[in-house]
Amino acid sequence: MTRDEAFLQFLLRMGDNTLILGHRVSEWCGHAPVLEEDIALANTALDLIGQTQMWLGLAGEVQGEGKSADDLAFLRDVWDFRNVLLVEVPNGDFGRTLMRQFLFDAWHSIMLGRLLKSSDERVAAIAEKASKEVAYHLERSGDTVVGLGDGTEESHKRMQEALDYLWPYVGEMFASDEVDAEMVAAGIAPDPTGLREEYDALVGKVLGEATLTIPDSRFAHKGGRDGRMHTEHLGHLLTEMQWLQRAYPGATW
Amino acid sequence: MYAQMIKTARTGVKPREEMSEQERAFQDKIDAGIKIEPRDWMPDDYRATLIRQIGQHAHSEVVGQLPEGNWITRAPTLERKAILLAKVQDEAGHGLYLYSAAETLGESRDELIRLLHEGRMKYSSIFNYPTLNWADIGAVGWLVDGAAIINQVALQRTSYGPYSRAMIRICKEESFHARQGYHAIMKMAFGTPEQKKMAQDAVNRLWFPALMMFGPSDKDSVHSEQSMAWKIKVKTNDELRQQFVDQTVPQIEYLGLDLPDPNIKWNEERGHYDFSDPDWSEFFDVIKGNGPCNVDRMNARRKAWDDGQWVRDGLLAHARKKAAAKVAAE
Ligand SMILES: [Fe+2]
Ligand SMILES: [Fe+2]
Ligand SMILES: [Fe+2]
Repeated sequence: MTRDEAFLQFLLRMGDNTLILGHRVSEWCGHAPVLEEDIALANTALDLIGQTQMWLGLAGEVQGEGKSADDLAFLRDVWDFRNVLLVEVPNGDFGRTLMRQFLFDAWHSIMLGRLLKSSDERVAAIAEKASKEVAYHLERSGDTVVGLGDGTEESHKRMQEALDYLWPYVGEMFASDEVDAEMVAAGIAPDPTGLREEYDALVGKVLGEATLTIPDSRFAHKGGRDGRMHTEHLGHLLTEMQWLQRAYPGATW
Repeated sequence: MYAQMIKTARTGVKPREEMSEQERAFQDKIDAGIKIEPRDWMPDDYRATLIRQIGQHAHSEVVGQLPEGNWITRAPTLERKAILLAKVQDEAGHGLYLYSAAETLGESRDELIRLLHEGRMKYSSIFNYPTLNWADIGAVGWLVDGAAIINQVALQRTSYGPYSRAMIRICKEESFHARQGYHAIMKMAFGTPEQKKMAQDAVNRLWFPALMMFGPSDKDSVHSEQSMAWKIKVKTNDELRQQFVDQTVPQIEYLGLDLPDPNIKWNEERGHYDFSDPDWSEFFDVIKGNGPCNVDRMNARRKAWDDGQWVRDGLLAHARKKAAAKVAAE
């Protein structure tokens, strides 16, 4: 694997995470429990889509085949997507959506913090912009997880169920492979495995405050970030997201 | 406009000789262009009419998320998705300002939402129409926000201070939405034949519903007079509708689309476009709950509210625990 091939994979991983999660969050539009949450969810989705434009824009540049961020978002099939499985699982109830957001935000904020020091200036610049947004996402999702975990009996139960359902998808964010090794060697990005300790401390603190119990299994579903095996859900998501581009090829919008 | 057929307690204007001292002083203030503020004395019917009008406007912003939200997950480019998300986020924000304005009159947001969900309050008829192709998203911004702006620019001069200030703030964003909507539909009108067909379809379907947004014709609008005297309403339905037609017809022509009404014609004598009336029986059907999407829209809103009950309860319970812990620590 050449450095540019690895770099492309890394950028797709970053951009596909934000694209697919942004899409999922946007599904809430108009259906949130309270108007303030409609606004917050739309705002989160908007930030994530903006970050996608930057990551996939750079991916297209590095790939050098003249593809735009839109080409990459709308014209690839499931096997070419490199997002972790966590972001493609269905929203479930509001509790699961916010728990997924928190588990992702915690990883995302730590990752972006490291990318600020990337040897590639373009990566550092994206991280600079995105990390401010993500700090806010984390604050919000963390507060909501605490509020609902330590709320009523019912909200506690639902948040625990959400955590139990999502926990097996957490490990994939910290898996390392030859792409990561290449990125570490180039000084572009950190080894994901090295982020786990900080993550566990952060997540453990918030979930403790939320009176929730982290499942003691470390089992991790994998296959998203290398594209070997996505969930069944991603195909449906892409069917919806890519429909206009697929049905009317070559049109500009 | 987002407020249609707002009922006042009476038809016609209360004559001056029937007014109490307080009512006369109140009317004099309005006539002098002085804003009414939350703490000022106001007639009960002025307060009740405003609550209905502002509440209906707020509900419209909130329900209006649904037809646009219908396309967020299918937006054709990342940029279009971002623009649409930002717009819908703004609309939810408008809902918040307006509920706050209603709160200054002593009506809580929860109570207004309850009335909406029980079918005792309405939202604009326009949001009971479906968004069927991507050009509808452009057309909604251009025509629906465009029609709303015409009404809301007039309402910037409304007599109730908090409502007037909310309108000033909201209008800036609505103008932005209308411009973006027009750009989106322009892209399609000048695009492939299929895209042009979508644009034409959107204009054909949304034209008359957009005209209905201004409410029934003045001659059938029995509650307007008192609202005009109170400057809750500033221009008549027909004046606003004409202004909308005059502004929009040249834009349709610029797009190279067919006019959605064969009777649209420039009238030199009047200095305005002539046009056909919308089918008012359809309008009254929609108002009564028989529009194409009424049931689905209300079910969606009620479901969101009911499904969210445990979230609101949970967050409230947590906030109380925290407050209690703080008191205990002090
Ligand atoms: Fe609005
Ligand atoms: Fe609007
Ligand atoms: Fe708007």
